[in-house]
Amino acid sequence: MSADETFLVFPDPAPPELVRCLEFGDYHWEPAPEINVLKNPETVASWTGAVVATDTTPEAAWALCTVLRRGDVPTEPLLVLIAPSQLEDLDTRSELFDDFLITPFHPRELEARIKQLLWRAGRGKRPELVTYGPIELNLETYQAVVDGRALDLTYMEYELLRFLAATPGRVFTRETLLNRVWGYEYYGGARTVDVHVRRLRAKLGEEHSHLIQTIRSVGYKLGQSRWKDERSGP
Amino acid sequence: MERQQEYVLRAVEERNVKLIRLWFTDVLGQLKSVAISPVELETAFDEGMHFDGSAIDGFSRVQESDVLARPDPSTFELMPWADKGTTARMFCDIFDHSDNAFGGDPRHVLRRNLDRAREAGYSFFVAPEMEFFYFADGEPSHAPTLLDSGSYFDLTTSDVASDLRRETISVLETMGIPVEYSFHEDSPSQHEIDLRYTDAMSMADQVMTFRLVVRELAMERGRFASFMPKPLEGMQGSGMHLHLSLFEGDDNAFHDPDAPFSLSLIGRQFMAGLLVHAREITAITNQLVNSYKRLVVGYEAPVWVSWATNNRSALVRVPVTKPDKTTSTRIEYRSPDPSCNPYLAFSVILAAGMEGIKQGYELPPETTENIFEFDANEMTKRGLQPLPQSLSEALDAMEGSTLVREALGEHIFEWFIRNKRNEWRDYKTHVSQWELERYLPSW
Repeated sequence: MSADETFLVFPDPAPPELVRCLEFGDYHWEPAPEINVLKNPETVASWTGAVVATDTTPEAAWALCTVLRRGDVPTEPLLVLIAPSQLEDLDTRSELFDDFLITPFHPRELEARIKQLLWRAGRGKRPELVTYGPIELNLETYQAVVDGRALDLTYMEYELLRFLAATPGRVFTRETLLNRVWGYEYYGGARTVDVHVRRLRAKLGEEHSHLIQTIRSVGYKLGQSRWKDERSGP
Repeated sequence: MERQQEYVLRAVEERNVKLIRLWFTDVLGQLKSVAISPVELETAFDEGMHFDGSAIDGFSRVQESDVLARPDPSTFELMPWADKGTTARMFCDIFDHSDNAFGGDPRHVLRRNLDRAREAGYSFFVAPEMEFFYFADGEPSHAPTLLDSGSYFDLTTSDVASDLRRETISVLETMGIPVEYSFHEDSPSQHEIDLRYTDAMSMADQVMTFRLVVRELAMERGRFASFMPKPLEGMQGSGMHLHLSLFEGDDNAFHDPDAPFSLSLIGRQFMAGLLVHAREITAITNQLVNSYKRLVVGYEAPVWVSWATNNRSALVRVPVTKPDKTTSTRIEYRSPDPSCNPYLAFSVILAAGMEGIKQGYELPPETTENIFEFDANEMTKRGLQPLPQSLSEALDAMEGSTLVREALGEHIFEWFIRNKRNEWRDYKTHVSQWELERYLPSW
């Protein structure tokens, strides 16, 4: 995914539940910069959209929405996460957001709303299928298939395979995989990654286990890059 | 966690799963299962499944018999051999009526011990060597008859047992249980399958799954697989050697390139802890009357509390590893047998090792000689202690152990001692064939 397909998130640190949803949906995100930075005309604002949680610091949140909407290129879609007690704040600000969601939100609703907003903005091109060689992952149904044979994976095995298959040829360190795939829920430390890779290889079967390669003293990668010129390596 | 539940619900739908088995383990290490249909799954996630705990060994306290099983979605796996792959399983955690983790749940006991180790900065990894017998007759009440006459490492390509073993491994791998090695063991009909190391909780779940898969696949072919520690007099018994290591984040805490055998101070202290407390934890790692018929001189089972690098008569062995393979430095604990409750066994082993680290125990010198050749006097002179010689002795050692009491928690500790004392009493009062043949004619 290129840099201009990144969601802006407020506040910083971002609400963990929100981060988890965005990452699960494979949306890139970054914390919103200081308002002064945004106001600077030299800042090139080009984000896919923004998710602004107004429930902790409403003043600052709405100030940010204002700046995001007033630039040369208004940021949209802009989704506001709002506490029920603050709903009145919406009345006078209809131009500052495209949709809102009441906190605490249901992760599936957040996912659905973002998807709808992107569709409406004509940018709903999220792939529903990740494929690499004999591997095919359906992101809608969570199905994994190798050579037409359904693979029965646990949730973490599926997530790991999906993450690796999304960027073939790219080498990920165990640290990165832990952070991106497991988040902060992991239990066994960095060895967890090795253990899951082994299980995945076992399930892929002898014929395909080599698709996931161990890069000595670095980490793991799956297959080769689709871009022939691109150098593989960390 | 909700994502994982959602994933499981989707998988059940997509893979056309018809039955979900909710698994848990009783105190003695027997697998228990409640089957539910897919429509009940969401409720099981939201509310858990109530059942009467007094029907389960070690759960029973009549006044608080209602317990709640909550399925752990991260353990969802299809059982490829059962009902054409339309059955899946999940392990459960058990809670009491006020929704607190239940003291009689072995999985909870292990989690508590792992948490304690994690507070000290360590995660605990285990790789077992599973030994077992295949018998020709599928009916366990008949006397065991051998299925093959092979021996150590024998390549008996054509025989039934090898096919069975191969098929078993393929099922294990599909279930995400990677196998390191497998071979024909020393005795006729005896086989060994070594599992690749993983964190202790997953491994305990895997051992439970392993025992079921091995037995059920054998049963499907009218054979019988047994994890009984010593099924045949005069032949090797079945052990479950455990390869143990602690990791501190990315690093193997047992590894130190400059230390003898690359074994770090932490590794030495952990090993010292195991040696000091070995007698106390033996009732858990070797829980049957029959277990002690394996721990005798003359077979490849440890009898004396000792350690060595390359001496298979020792209780703890430090396997020789390649110096640059930092992750493989480990120790091997050789007394456990495959009849144990893996959750409880891993718990007490970890507690013993951690105590060694906490107290900074000094490791005694290595025992390099083959100690099977020494007699008891010689051993005592060397300050070596024997492992308990019977279940009764093992229970005596366990009963006085604060370490084991704390590791297991009051509920399981009390129940286990009581249950096993009864088992010993039953055995002690039994008049055996051996006695009749030996004594009746002359007395």
